[in-house]
Amino acid sequence: MKQPAAVLGVGQTRHRSKRTDVSIAGLCREAADRAVASAGLALADIDAVVVGKAPDLFEGVMMPELYLADALGAVGKPLLRVHTAGSVGGATGIVAASLVQAGLHRRVLALAFEKQSESNAMWALSIAPPFSIPVVAGAGGYFAPHIRAYIRRSGAPSHIGALVAVKDRRNGALNPYAHLQQGDITLEKVLASPMLWDPVRYDETCPSSDGACAVVIGDSDAASVAPGPVAWIRATAMRSEPTMFAGKDHVNPAAGRECVAALWRQAGITDPLNEIDVAEIYVPFSWYEPMWLENLGFAAAGDGWRLTEASETALGGRLPVNPSGGVLSSNPIGASGLLRFAESALQVMGKAGAHQVPGARVALGHAYGGGSQFFSMWVVSSQPM
Amino acid sequence: MSADVAVVGFAQSPCRVREDATTSGVEMLVPIFAEVFRACGLTRRDIGFWCSGSSDYLAGRAFSFVSAVDAIGAVPPAMESHVEMDAAWALYEAWAKVLTGEAEIALAYGFGKSSGAELRRVLALQLDPYLVAPLWPDSVSVAALQARLGLEAGRWTEKDMAEVAARSRAEARSNPDAQVSGSVTAAELLARPYVAEPLRAHDCAPVGDGAAVVIIASAARARELCERPAWISGFAHQVDSGSLGARDLLAVPSAAGAAAAAGAGPVELAELHAPFSHQELLLREALGLGEGVAVNPSGGALCGNPMFAAGLARIGLAARAVMSGRASRALGHATSGPALQQNLVCVLSGEAS
Repeated sequence: MKQPAAVLGVGQTRHRSKRTDVSIAGLCREAADRAVASAGLALADIDAVVVGKAPDLFEGVMMPELYLADALGAVGKPLLRVHTAGSVGGATGIVAASLVQAGLHRRVLALAFEKQSESNAMWALSIAPPFSIPVVAGAGGYFAPHIRAYIRRSGAPSHIGALVAVKDRRNGALNPYAHLQQGDITLEKVLASPMLWDPVRYDETCPSSDGACAVVIGDSDAASVAPGPVAWIRATAMRSEPTMFAGKDHVNPAAGRECVAALWRQAGITDPLNEIDVAEIYVPFSWYEPMWLENLGFAAAGDGWRLTEASETALGGRLPVNPSGGVLSSNPIGASGLLRFAESALQVMGKAGAHQVPGARVALGHAYGGGSQFFSMWVVSSQPM
Repeated sequence: MSADVAVVGFAQSPCRVREDATTSGVEMLVPIFAEVFRACGLTRRDIGFWCSGSSDYLAGRAFSFVSAVDAIGAVPPAMESHVEMDAAWALYEAWAKVLTGEAEIALAYGFGKSSGAELRRVLALQLDPYLVAPLWPDSVSVAALQARLGLEAGRWTEKDMAEVAARSRAEARSNPDAQVSGSVTAAELLARPYVAEPLRAHDCAPVGDGAAVVIIASAARARELCERPAWISGFAHQVDSGSLGARDLLAVPSAAGAAAAAGAGPVELAELHAPFSHQELLLREALGLGEGVAVNPSGGALCGNPMFAAGLARIGLAARAVMSGRASRALGHATSGPALQQNLVCVLSGEAS
């Protein structure tokens, strides 16, 4: 029997390109301390810790959670380490939720981080393993052809990506934790920025960030004594498929479609565009906003860009997407998924500050990873089921 | 916990010094998936949740688990997750998923190919990256410090350690998947040279390649998949400090804590994940295993230690003893990190609670 679970507290670091003022442990502790404090707790109140991050090669530390056990207050407690590529932040939240839903623990700390300045992600992604086709393109080079396929399929006007970048960067300027603070960015500036991987321009791609995010998830008893509003976890879903196979749709992946179908079913949502008040979606390259709007069923295939173009995904629109600034404003890779989940919780708790969507009650958190093949999602709401 | 969950199937690949058939692990997994599916009468479509354990650093590449998804054939898409840990912890995540009711049947698998590099140096990168890892204290040397402490404290002798190895090798003669086995006396072993004093080769788990898979099912399905399911009566894990200097290396509080949290109680058989001979002695004590308990009838990790699969294999072997009727209550143990830093205990019983 699944037990109810809720987000009790959220914490994150101020994301920067290089946090040379702290160690990896210091970075993680900053987020953990903020999360437990916002839940009115201390680390000693936590029953178990779940750590998530992208490849260990990104910092050059093998299984860093072993060294982080002390800093996270995990000594003498269960400690799990999740790694599901770019979707890992979301998966970390879901695994932590499942420990509460299974009735194993009352309060679990989910923490995800990346300290990219410790190593070099491009190096880590560029190792050529034997008998594998080296892509040698980095993430942008890998995803750009799929974006071009989307533009060709949908007939979207060429400036849609730039519109997303302007919106997300301006939203990021409302979020004091966001890495990039570009409140004065304009469509003209984005369109004039250098083309990196056609059609992805410099201003349409995510930054490299150091950062961490932590979330405290608790059961109903823990929620009932929480000092402030909590975010009830109404549904969680994960789906995976191989990187390549005959019939793989890189633009509108089956794994994403099946994941969200399971999510809406669990949450009792039949009309997502009307029932979801705000969405935090993993958009590392601008064009992924319209692409995921379609994959998630907020728009019919080929129509996602119309929501973006009509400003429906901006604050004040029908479905505000990434009011936090999203991955385009902060990208501590391993934490980026959990940041989406955490921001969705902050929205329904009414604690999102200057980027709060007024009256948000039901929110989506979304993450993806690998070659558009790993998906993790949750729906949180201000009310229990 | 509201529902009973049982282990219904287990398979492992032979532990080999070097498995040339695979670079990614996929080729070690496909045959054992086929074996365990055949035994349970299942197909991959019946699996509600998949969870794997492996390491990018061992594989020498980022996202090494991604190619393993090819082995499960996730078309149409599967509910799947991965831990950067021994797959015993993947089984723990899968167990939680079955307890939530989101899956009825779950599969955990682990794989590791240690032959591609020098394992003891790779594992040095698990230590504090600022203060310890730059000195490259390799995993064998760290274990040697622990063994030395025990010798000096009078907790064991080099002969005690050699006897653990001799007994393990003798047991492994009946284990077709073992990498090391044979009849040898402690005296013969003690005549051999040190690798990292006071450790000799027999005190250290052999380095090799391998994989393991375990299937679990909810009470509603377990009996139809397995004549005598191995019911999980307790499952818990804990971690100790990552700072070697802050730990009493002769105590394993996380193992004792996990056993207590799992409600271990008396068992007839225990499969312990002790990659070094003296660690079996430490674990026997921490887990409160008396003289009457059959420890590592498979030969244990000293006779085959495929990284990220060996802990899961211990649980699988303990479950197999229950499923075959050889034991009514058995314990599977897994460890991770330097000098037994992190420990997991899974208690299996022939009787549902």
